[in-house]
Amino acid sequence: MGNERLNSSRRNFIRKSALLAGTLVVGSAVKPFQAMLFAANEPEKTMPWYAIGIDIEKCIGCGSCARACKAENDVPKEPFFFRSWVEQYTIKNDGTLAVQSPNGGIDDFVQTVPEAEIFKSFFVPKMCNHCAKSPCVQVCPVGATYESPEGIVLVDEKYCIGCRYCIQACPYGCRYLHPEKQTADKCTLCYHRLKKGLNPACFDVCPTGARIYGDLHDMNSPLHKFLKEHSTQVLKPQLNTGSKLFYNGLSSEVR
Amino acid sequence: MPPQLKTLLPVLAVFICIFLVARHFLIPDSFGKYGHYRANSMDEIAALPAHHIGKAACMDCHDTEAAKLNSDLHSGLTCEVCHGPGWQHMDDPEKNKLSKPGTREFCGKCHDMNPARRTSVIHQIDIKTHNIDRANCIDCHNPHAVWEMKD
Repeated sequence: MGNERLNSSRRNFIRKSALLAGTLVVGSAVKPFQAMLFAANEPEKTMPWYAIGIDIEKCIGCGSCARACKAENDVPKEPFFFRSWVEQYTIKNDGTLAVQSPNGGIDDFVQTVPEAEIFKSFFVPKMCNHCAKSPCVQVCPVGATYESPEGIVLVDEKYCIGCRYCIQACPYGCRYLHPEKQTADKCTLCYHRLKKGLNPACFDVCPTGARIYGDLHDMNSPLHKFLKEHSTQVLKPQLNTGSKLFYNGLSSEVR
Repeated sequence: MPPQLKTLLPVLAVFICIFLVARHFLIPDSFGKYGHYRANSMDEIAALPAHHIGKAACMDCHDTEAAKLNSDLHSGLTCEVCHGPGWQHMDDPEKNKLSKPGTREFCGKCHDMNPARRTSVIHQIDIKTHNIDRANCIDCHNPHAVWEMKD
């Protein structure tokens, strides 16, 4: 009898230990994905949930946004380092495409395609899409890039190890490695300005009002007016990034 | 319990303790407050200085220019679109002068003919041929009141 009791208590002990170990393993396996679960869902409406609208029909390709962004955020002046830039797409009559972005739109756009060959030409201002399910956030191995509760994708410079995973992961090419800091750098939607009650620099300087930003929770915001009045589209919707940059008049040729 | 476990378990316990203590000191306080990141970094980014000060700040001193600007076609523009960010100028206006562009190239960034620019959105001219007697746009036009022509 004693032997039997010993056996059953040992069996109980093993069973409980296995349960405990299993819970720990499952718990630790799930925990890293909490950030992703959080990112996939909008937080409660206690904070603004920022999104951006760009009206391609109004953009005149002056490059003010790109210039202002570089000045505001101390982005290196050399080409190839951009948080915000402008591209010119030209669709020719034969269906082929010509894309140019001289120094990100800071230098003058000069149309090289003869006018007789042009079917359609337009400017596409580009910047971080501040995705709700950001691929760049998901690949960061150290938790240095994240989505703030306001829906803005930010980089923690002190934590970033400069591994460049996020630069490769971003399907929109919105990140670069800062040549001096050796950390990933990107559009912050001028977080420092938003927190001071100012508009982001590129929105402030846009001469035609082609850029609109606002709180998706606020149904009276100019952004909601823009979204209601136009049929908008995000870039690469098939990737399901939860992009919050809505374009009006976006052609399917835009990548 | 097998005898070898008696010696191994305390070693394991010591390792776990060292790991927990090291983890406590290595992970910043605010890490994990909202998600898998350091919440304090948001405050650090928010504390960066703003470089573009906005039209209202410019108007404090330059009220005549601003009044003229607001009365004409360029009223929708902020001063810093052309003059550049004004934060250093506001701190020391004498030392940090802002640029006063008015060249064909600069005005042409918006107003040069381009098939991608909609005529309904922006007035366009060909900067290579438009009134080539004068070198710069501001030789004729006042950029604050565009149709106020100079002699």
